[in-house]
Amino acid sequence: MTNNTLLDALQVELGSKIITSEVLYDTLVIEISPSEAFDVVELLKNDAALSFNFLTLIGAVHYPEEKGRELCVVYHLHSWKNAIRLRIKSYLSQDNPSIKSLTPLFDGANWQERETFDFFGIQFEGHPNMTRILNMEEMDYHPMLKQYHLEDGTREDKDDRFFGR
Amino acid sequence: MMEQTDNLIKLSNGQVLSKETIDGDIATINFGPTHPATHGIFQNILTVDGEKILTSEQTVGYIHRAFEKLAERRPYNQITPITDRLNYCSSPINNLGWHMTVEKLLQVEVPKRVQYMRVIIMELARIADHLICDSIIGVDTGALTSFFYPFSEREKIYELYEEMCGARLTTNIGRIGGFDKDFTPVFHQKLKEFLKTFPKAFEEWNGMLERNRIFMDRTKGAGPISAERALAYGFTGPNLRAAGVDYDVRVMHPYSSYEDFDFTIPVGVNGDTYDRFMVRQEEIRQSLRIINQAYNNLPEGPFHADIPEFFLPEKKDVYNNMEALIYHFKIVMGESDVPVGEVYHSVEGGNGELGYFLISDGGRAPYRLQFRRPCFIYYQAYPEMISGANISDAVITLSSINVIAGELDA
Repeated sequence: MTNNTLLDALQVELGSKIITSEVLYDTLVIEISPSEAFDVVELLKNDAALSFNFLTLIGAVHYPEEKGRELCVVYHLHSWKNAIRLRIKSYLSQDNPSIKSLTPLFDGANWQERETFDFFGIQFEGHPNMTRILNMEEMDYHPMLKQYHLEDGTREDKDDRFFGR
Repeated sequence: MMEQTDNLIKLSNGQVLSKETIDGDIATINFGPTHPATHGIFQNILTVDGEKILTSEQTVGYIHRAFEKLAERRPYNQITPITDRLNYCSSPINNLGWHMTVEKLLQVEVPKRVQYMRVIIMELARIADHLICDSIIGVDTGALTSFFYPFSEREKIYELYEEMCGARLTTNIGRIGGFDKDFTPVFHQKLKEFLKTFPKAFEEWNGMLERNRIFMDRTKGAGPISAERALAYGFTGPNLRAAGVDYDVRVMHPYSSYEDFDFTIPVGVNGDTYDRFMVRQEEIRQSLRIINQAYNNLPEGPFHADIPEFFLPEKKDVYNNMEALIYHFKIVMGESDVPVGEVYHSVEGGNGELGYFLISDGGRAPYRLQFRRPCFIYYQAYPEMISGANISDAVITLSSINVIAGELDA
């Protein structure tokens, strides 16, 4: 199965649920609204022909400039039957970001969603234990957000023009 | 977490026990964070009825070093040393996987010779990784000798790394686009020697454990997981194959010319500690087969791709050639232009599918880099695997699933 035939099949299955779609390098990327993401993943998992049986990765990306859709949840699914990957993105607003948890579908989503919560502050509804995992419980911010700089902002010897972001 | 409702205890595997079936008291013990049997810093809070484990609660993150945040500030070639510190038992696989991810982003085709050289290095790393993991199962079942034997062989692999990159554990091997140098005469000589002597030494060591009655009695049936549960938990690598699923990134999405080689993917049946051990042992033999094929058919050609913006020029050219000097400066200062794009690339690491999800906005450092760390994903199945087992079985289950603290905590 190629990315084009996969997209055709997805358009038959999902229709207007696909907001945008593009092929980035070797992977098809589709955008789904956050309220429908769970249903889409469930459908793709249970569909006999598409059979996206394996959840490879859950993560998030922060785009502070894109107002109203600052946080992007990224799911990597893998269909072993067709040997093809699919990347699903859902954009959330930064105020009170939440999306339905995939833990009922994949037990492996548990820690990955906790990690995403820990680093980006995204709430996963229906998650059995939505707590921090790698950082300490007392932490009061989500460190992978772009407003938290890696180095002390008061330092002048490390100018971003020479030392990157 | 131990959930207690009046008279019932819910075990980590979902089973519910009545308190009346338990003689005496339920004790809570700490297995880790710095216990010799955990082989790394992670904690398990076990509730036990005598020797029998009822529930287990895991704490991870003791050595979290913010790799993903660090990577957002570093030029691409400076991220390689971070990848060393993920699964440090097979760091060359992490390094080369990262180089391949960047090459995918840059759409660079590396020469065939580089691909074969990478296969040789990566398979050596896989052997080193499996040697350690399997010999530690020996230690945890009480056989210390089986831990010392393979170390002299691993030493030879480390000498090969050393010859290629100067380092042994955190290797930072290779460059974006290839290697910093071709295989040296000493490397050739040491590799030939290794290929000649290792099979015999390996079989001698393997003979101590494989059909050893005590070892088999201890490991068979310890920490089993079914194929269905393993898939739900996102298992990959030898642990998944031990449960009977033949998924291997090298075969499903071949990278670095793996499609050129003839090798088989061993699978187990029960997904228990013995099967995981056996799958790894067979993978060592298969890795040797791959190395032999790659080495005997090593193509002629350059040892790096022609990408002057990313591959450091030779030092003598830096002094005498204007362009080389410019490129040298740009690479060292991290000023090479990178295209905008996002890629996911994965390699078959020592303990599963090691993936890199890279988003570039064209800046000097990645906009976002996420590692798919296989043991972080499968370690969450551990409470389910050990509930109902004895404490001693929990120890060998932990060592047999090859959890590496560096990779777990990123």
